[in-house]
Amino acid sequence: MKELFILAVVTVFTLVTYYLVEPFAHSHMHKHIESKGFAYADLPALTKKGDAARGKDLVMGAGACTGCHGIKVAGMPAPMDPVTAAQSYGVNPPDLSNAGVVFDPKFLAALIKNPAHALMLEHKYNAKSGKTFPMTQFYGAGGDMDQEVADMVAYLQSIAVPKEKLTPDMAFETACGRCHAIHYEYNLDGKLHPAWTQIGEKPSFKHKQDELAFETKVLDYQDALTKYLGTLPPDLSMYIRSRGEHYIKTFVEDPQAYLKGTAMPRVGVTAEAADKVVEHLENVGDSKRHIRDEVGKNVMIYMFIFAIFAILWKKEVWRDLH
Amino acid sequence: MAHFTKATSLHDWLNQRLGIDTVRRVMATEYWIPKNINFLWAMGMVLAITFGLLLISGIFLLMYYQPNIHLAFDSVNYTIMQEVGYGWLWRHVHGVAASVVFLVIYIHMFTGIYYGSYKKGREMIWISGMLLFVAFSAEAFSGYMLPWGQMSYWAGMVITNLFSMGGLHMDGLVEWIRGDYVPAQAFLNRFFMLHVLLIPLVILGLIGLHFGALRIPHVNNQDGEEIDFEAESKKYLAGDKANSKVIRFMNDFMSKDMMVVGIYLIFFFYLVFYHYDFAMDPVNFDPANGLKTPTHIYPEWYFLWSYEILRPFSTNVGLIAFAFAQVIFFLLPFLDRSPNAVPASRRGLFKYWFWAMLIDMIILTAMGKVPPEGVFSTIGFYAALTFIGLWIALPFITKFEKKV
Repeated sequence: MKELFILAVVTVFTLVTYYLVEPFAHSHMHKHIESKGFAYADLPALTKKGDAARGKDLVMGAGACTGCHGIKVAGMPAPMDPVTAAQSYGVNPPDLSNAGVVFDPKFLAALIKNPAHALMLEHKYNAKSGKTFPMTQFYGAGGDMDQEVADMVAYLQSIAVPKEKLTPDMAFETACGRCHAIHYEYNLDGKLHPAWTQIGEKPSFKHKQDELAFETKVLDYQDALTKYLGTLPPDLSMYIRSRGEHYIKTFVEDPQAYLKGTAMPRVGVTAEAADKVVEHLENVGDSKRHIRDEVGKNVMIYMFIFAIFAILWKKEVWRDLH
Repeated sequence: MAHFTKATSLHDWLNQRLGIDTVRRVMATEYWIPKNINFLWAMGMVLAITFGLLLISGIFLLMYYQPNIHLAFDSVNYTIMQEVGYGWLWRHVHGVAASVVFLVIYIHMFTGIYYGSYKKGREMIWISGMLLFVAFSAEAFSGYMLPWGQMSYWAGMVITNLFSMGGLHMDGLVEWIRGDYVPAQAFLNRFFMLHVLLIPLVILGLIGLHFGALRIPHVNNQDGEEIDFEAESKKYLAGDKANSKVIRFMNDFMSKDMMVVGIYLIFFFYLVFYHYDFAMDPVNFDPANGLKTPTHIYPEWYFLWSYEILRPFSTNVGLIAFAFAQVIFFLLPFLDRSPNAVPASRRGLFKYWFWAMLIDMIILTAMGKVPPEGVFSTIGFYAALTFIGLWIALPFITKFEKKV
């Protein structure tokens, strides 16, 4: 009984210390921001029902999207290679093949109408600074502008892969991959996936010259990006451990809430796409999580059995001592 | 030369040459331990097991770790964590054990303080234990440098800066320790050497000293009772085990130790698999960057109390207070002027001193982590003063303690 009391005292002091050093201290060191469910409540809801066929004409024609963006699934290659594009615009404009599934429709509509506003970059691009966002806003093609925008969004949704086919690496590539590299290769489903650079997957090279040429391109791209953003966006290889799921999701949802004035845009992903991005970061930075859970279970079972035998041994030995 | 006969068995062969029966008797079966003890007396074994886990996991990590500022971070976070089979397990065991070992050390220390196990011939046990604490602290700090993350780098920067001794501006000493103006390759290499060779050697030697120091004064017991080990062991050997006040180290004491170890390991592996974040700071998963200071720089939890004694004062006063905190525990056997070696609960004012010290150190620990602003600064300041005040008061309150 006395031992249990002593154990209780030790446990209480340990837990109090733990509470103060971990949850309590961290609540005072970091802003806590709750997710708003990727609802983007500040952006107006879509009021018109879009027509994908009309949207296609606009995207390919009057909307002039394909002047800068590639749409691989529709057979439209990017007009420029990534390095030239970054040197022209600051960042390579994304391929729109999966934009319709990765990005929220309301966000896409707002982006087409006023990119700097949807991206929450008006602190950088405004009348006072004299800077304009590289993507020109859509001024309408002569008809009802809300309808036209809804049509374009509908078209993007119609060409994207279905939600359930969106893979973690696709979500990452579309939402994050033009600014953030991941220099860790990773194993998934028995296959080794290459490292990611801002200009795409890093191929394996037979010749050193080819590798150096590729790396030079990456450096050129990164230079343009650094000039555009003021700093090179961080490599995300270990972000799942350094930031954790909650921070990553809420930061992506509203970067300004954490870092006022950051050059990181609100990228406008859907809640499902955010989950996929996190899953991708887990696949890269915490690739052993499944085996950890499995081994953990077995080790715990083993330790319980060990403890039971240890207790029985003690009882056996001490029977004569009392 | 000794006389050897033809061996009748392998046991006999070894016994003639190594005296294994004598070793066994002296070290185990007739190494007498008081019976009146509780589970806190098993903390030594818990520490030995945890140190064993650190050593074994460390050996596996050492096979893949690269002590190079360009490779270190990825060798830990990519090679070990993702490529090497079960490398993640060794790292999590190592990281969690490094943190938990300090929890057990503190429990072990406060057990010693509570039961007065540092006086009446047990001074060297206490002093060798404190030397182990210092060696473990150096081991923990040097190990923390190795992943070469943001906290490695900046903790290395801050702690080595302390050696400039504030107003003395001994910047040359800081450069000498770092081998550079800032933590860089030379710094990483030497801390690597310290972590994997020199300090572990010192720790092994000190563990030997610590165990040796126990031999003559014997382990203390729950009531601080002076036991005649000679007479009690005779009683035991004569078969009156129930009335003897002593037990054998092997198997009697060991069986109780292993029971505690068994329960402890459930807790330990729970942390390793399901709750490891507390021991592996997220900030250290960002690679070291000398141009980007983290918003909050703080040491691991087990250094926070002494960090907080440094922090609330001006530079020079803080350093003196910090130095005071580092050495004062060594002097405990001499600052405690009372001859009573009994539990604190029976020692008058010392009882309050004990709990005040424990609570004050927990407050210092908490305040050492939160940003030093507003009310936290004030609490930290007074907690640091309380710490110093308690130590100054100790000789006085113990001098007038009634003999029990």
